[in-house]
Amino acid sequence: MSETAKPLLSVNNIEVIYDHVILVLKGVSLEVPEGGVVALLGANGAGKTTTLKAISNLLHAERGEVTKGAIEFDGEQIEKLTPNALVKRGVIQVMEGRHCFEHLSVEENLLTGAYTRSGGRGAINRDLEMVYGYFPRLKERRKSLAGYTSGGEQQMTAIGRALMSRPKMILLDEPSMGLAPQLVEGIFETVKRLNTEEGVSFLLAEQNTNMALKFATYGYILENGRVVMDGDAETLGSNEDVKEFYLGLSAGGRKSYRDVKHYKRRKRWLA
Amino acid sequence: MAFDWLFFLEVLIAGLLSGAMYSLVALGFVLIFKASGVFNFAQGAMVLLAALTFVRLVEMGAPLWLAGVSTLMVMVVLAMLVERLVLRQLVNQAPIILFMASIGLNFFIEGTAQGVWDSDVHALDLGVPDLPIDVFGMLISQFDIFAAAMVAALVVVLAVFFQKTRIGRALRAVADDHQAALSVGIPLQTIWVVVWSVAGVVALVAGLVWGSKLGVQFSISLVALKALPVLILGGFTSVPGAIIGGLIIGAGEKLAEVFIGPFVGGAIESWFPYMLAMVFLLFRPQGLFGEKIIERV
Repeated sequence: MSETAKPLLSVNNIEVIYDHVILVLKGVSLEVPEGGVVALLGANGAGKTTTLKAISNLLHAERGEVTKGAIEFDGEQIEKLTPNALVKRGVIQVMEGRHCFEHLSVEENLLTGAYTRSGGRGAINRDLEMVYGYFPRLKERRKSLAGYTSGGEQQMTAIGRALMSRPKMILLDEPSMGLAPQLVEGIFETVKRLNTEEGVSFLLAEQNTNMALKFATYGYILENGRVVMDGDAETLGSNEDVKEFYLGLSAGGRKSYRDVKHYKRRKRWLA
Repeated sequence: MAFDWLFFLEVLIAGLLSGAMYSLVALGFVLIFKASGVFNFAQGAMVLLAALTFVRLVEMGAPLWLAGVSTLMVMVVLAMLVERLVLRQLVNQAPIILFMASIGLNFFIEGTAQGVWDSDVHALDLGVPDLPIDVFGMLISQFDIFAAAMVAALVVVLAVFFQKTRIGRALRAVADDHQAALSVGIPLQTIWVVVWSVAGVVALVAGLVWGSKLGVQFSISLVALKALPVLILGGFTSVPGAIIGGLIIGAGEKLAEVFIGPFVGGAIESWFPYMLAMVFLLFRPQGLFGEKIIERV
């Protein structure tokens, strides 16, 4: 983490339990600096989504809770706050799988993002134009029901909807899911622009390690509910283990799944 | 014998007007089902509670408007209690569990309403007599016209509320996707209180209309049963469906009684709606206006 920027978000050794019995996160710590784009990497079931939901406190609605550790945003403890209070403070999550309101039009979807704002119609309309500026495609489809738009358009709607709350930080969960590679690139480029032009910080959970490390400044790798590695995007991208397990590259060319070394090295992380 | 069109029209209109009253009860179900995913078994009990509270306040000497406002407040408090004591505790539970909870709620409200007030039959007079008036040679009940007008007004207000206001939009968002609504900062708890309050208002109007027709007594909680075929016809998730379903059921049962009844020994009015609903279940289980299942290929 760059030493100069103070962390906007810091997650400190949290443990998450679902339904009082299922331990999912076993002590996760991470930091996101003001204006940073931080990637949270890992395979299926590693705990990426749970980490994001612990921060945005959508956990509660799934009968999960943070049982240990602390989460601090902008110098304030937030693990007890409701999602409503969190959105007001500037943290908002864009959920995996887009979750647009299918029976609302694209524009109505965007307007629901402004629910927590007290500002008048003028400010909201200006932000609507700002979102349309980043996603011109949405302006063309503003009147269609979100359920009938394409996957890419839904992802844009979901990100645009989050922007309407004027967030300081967006927790972006798997924006690449189910989208064509070209669209994914476009979405990531917009994320980068939002980061530099609007000053929104991002915590980005991704399975597409390659793409995430290309756009993020820093990364954490989760495995089985623990952070097993972290570092600058370049450092992570050039690490041999990351290359082998997450980027599908290795010095010795393609490897067989029966490779014993693979198993051993992975095991070392899990211990 | 020539077919008596005027008589047919008269029966049809009478049916549509009473159908509007069925719509009213169905509307309460639809609102709650959409926003909180609960098939609210207690809707009938809410009608009873509202009507009983209103009529007892009037009997104690309150003017109609004051009784109305006070009953409204009772319904809002009920909505808050339901949210705090039931919905909040059962968040993210299976629909059947919420349904069971609403059955419990039903008994609780019925019992409390009759315990606090009483279980006698009360006459309710809204100042509109149930007398037929002559419209182009047809005899139509004055009260039915009044009731239908009230239903129409309520529907217009609700439609504007849902389509045009910030809260209305949030309600529709919650109906679509709870999780996503939560993620953009829409407080579910507030939304639930609002929806149950609106359902309480609908129950109050239903209670007034039915109460002055049948007398305010325990049996008006059973008008909820008449809402079931309406819901099956119109779809559980559609407000226009509840309205049109109600009209079809109302018109259908009256026409069937008058024109088919004599051939099968009469008295088919009371079961005809359920037959109609069964036919619908066979051919169009999502109802006429059930939520479009959006599927992209």
